[in-house]
Amino acid sequence: VCLNIPGFTLCLKRSVLAPVSLRPPPEKAQSALIGQCFWVFRICPPPALYGGRHTVTLIPGDGIGPELANHVCELFRFCCVPVDFEVVNVDSSMDSEEDINNAIMAIRRNGVALKGNIETNHNLPPSYKSRNNLLRTTLDLYANVMHCQSLPGVRTRHRNIDVMIIRENTEGEYSSLEHESVPGVVECLKIITKTKSLRIADYAFRTARAKGRGRVTAVHKANIMKLGDGLFLECCKEVASGYPDITFDSMIVDNTTMQLVSRPQQFDVMVMPNLYGNVVSNVCAGLVGGPGLVPGANYGEDYAVFETGTRNTGKSIANQNTANPTAMLLASCLLLDHLRLHAYARMIRRAILSTVTETRLHTADLGGQGSTSEVVRSVMKAVQSTGPLTLSI
Amino acid sequence: IVGLGWFGMQTVTLIPGDGIGPEISSAVMKIFEAAKAPIRWEERNVTAIKGPGGRWMIPPDAKESMDRNKIGLKGPLKTPIAAGHPSMNLLLRKTFDLYANVRPCISIEGYKTPYTNVDLVTIRENTEGEYSGIEHVIVEGVVQSIKLITEDASRRIAEYAFEYARNNQRSSVTAVHKANIMRMSDGLFLRKCREVAEGYKDIKFTEMYLDTVCLNMVQDPTQFDVLVMPNLYGDILSDLCAGLIGGLGVTPSGNIGANGVAIFESVHGTAPDIAGLDMANPTALLLSAVMMLRHMGLHDYGNKIQTACFDTIRDKKVLTKDLGGNSKCSEFTADICRRIQDLD
Repeated sequence: VCLNIPGFTLCLKRSVLAPVSLRPPPEKAQSALIGQCFWVFRICPPPALYGGRHTVTLIPGDGIGPELANHVCELFRFCCVPVDFEVVNVDSSMDSEEDINNAIMAIRRNGVALKGNIETNHNLPPSYKSRNNLLRTTLDLYANVMHCQSLPGVRTRHRNIDVMIIRENTEGEYSSLEHESVPGVVECLKIITKTKSLRIADYAFRTARAKGRGRVTAVHKANIMKLGDGLFLECCKEVASGYPDITFDSMIVDNTTMQLVSRPQQFDVMVMPNLYGNVVSNVCAGLVGGPGLVPGANYGEDYAVFETGTRNTGKSIANQNTANPTAMLLASCLLLDHLRLHAYARMIRRAILSTVTETRLHTADLGGQGSTSEVVRSVMKAVQSTGPLTLSI
Repeated sequence: IVGLGWFGMQTVTLIPGDGIGPEISSAVMKIFEAAKAPIRWEERNVTAIKGPGGRWMIPPDAKESMDRNKIGLKGPLKTPIAAGHPSMNLLLRKTFDLYANVRPCISIEGYKTPYTNVDLVTIRENTEGEYSGIEHVIVEGVVQSIKLITEDASRRIAEYAFEYARNNQRSSVTAVHKANIMRMSDGLFLRKCREVAEGYKDIKFTEMYLDTVCLNMVQDPTQFDVLVMPNLYGDILSDLCAGLIGGLGVTPSGNIGANGVAIFESVHGTAPDIAGLDMANPTALLLSAVMMLRHMGLHDYGNKIQTACFDTIRDKKVLTKDLGGNSKCSEFTADICRRIQDLD
């Protein structure tokens, strides 16, 4: 809760205000709820405010972001989900970082956010940093998790894919540390640290154990980048020794992409540094049906931000009512799971998946002719048919 | 394009390599003989030796042969683990300044993969970028890897990409980058590509983010034509594209260097488990040799050999084990030779 007094902002820590009964004791947080909750670890979801309603920061972003954000709001209102959205707009054309700092402040306030992708004009000088990257690094959202699953009803070249990609989200090639030593010679630094590598490896193994998955594969290029990726691999091996029930192996990134397009069913959980994560997650999203289907989640120690898995702005299809809302809607379900509103999450997820797999109402990216609003209405109808009290369509 | 030499025959340095290297090299030589291609082979070994001053280098007779002939064909080389010298591929790259790695990926009819009608070329900058090997431990637990992008190397690779596109009748060149995150380095690469594109107005130039390329590549690879990119992205994407058409066992590759040097190679491993058993698949080396013929301007011979090779694979009667059959390498080779003679 933040009190805005002219001149300065007073932020009261949530723990001061929260009723004691709503916060699970820290030592129980890790063990007791495994199996019931989606992600449990040390991240305590923000306690519900007075009245039992959560406030979630919503950053519409650019391109198809605003229309999808609207659909999420509509759907939540329809399903009477106890979530209020605090909308923070980030204008990507502005030079100053005021907008993104406001958004970061809002996320610190609420603890959770749902965001669309903010466009980065790569023709601007290096002083203009990617807003999305700034958000991730400032809030230390160190784990990007994407779960790619083949869906029945979506025609793809490969079947039975079920891969969980865990990608280090704050360092590696995305450190944005570059300099021009002499004109025409540019150096870009890729930073790999032991602490962050251990942290992401630990996250991967805990997730694998919590979800009952048997194998973790580290993706790297340690044959060439011996020190950097070598350190990452060492850290993964170190953490793996503490999880004897989970098989650990490693694979070089170019071989990984080759295997993904020929036999993607061999992969289970994959953990990797930032750039390889970008490549592998996009390849996997393409394999299961495209950017419109897969949600993504960014987790940190204290905050969680949900978005579409492949982080596209979809500029070319903005405001045409043709975008696939599935990824954003599934991301909102991940959000609900994080807030421990599991019943709502289950209800909405079931409705979305039935629209994709049973009703087969597909948007253009899946080869169909449905519009975004038709898909959302179909989801609402599916929710209504399962029985709970909803608003009328 | 190299002019024809003595008696119209062009001499090419042949590096058979290790493992299955010698057998697939002799298969290629047999097929070239059947096609009556005007190529004379000069075999050389490139195992590193320690030169004066203690620096590792390739044997001087190999270097002299390559410098003279300018064109080379190389089989798979063993990766040394405890030999003390760096990888042979790295040594070759440094010795001849092989700055461009070209991998045409064309779907092979008869070798079914989930992807059909793939016809693209990846051109990868091969000297700098993320693989400059400049790494250091700053403090305990913090490692820094330097990705180097220079104006000269970027311009050189862009020029080669557009030249290649023009010489091979390709309609578009796409630069693959991540300039939204790596603004200065990939931004420099992109600027150079744009500058060079100005001089090639007949070829369409587009730019695409690496993640968008990956996403679209696995959904619809037919939308891509020529892709040009820095080292790491090139490594990942070229292997991704090789996976689309069936793997490294059927993918050709060429390395273009300064001073007109070009070394064509097969990129698969040495397969020591099947070495000497007449089970190897010579397709990758053969298609690389076809690439070599085209580079030399001998398109007719190249087309003839490629047609024969693809016909054999499409027929499915005499396939090696990795292609799904159980014939011997020599039988596969003989079938291709027979088809070439029939074509004449």
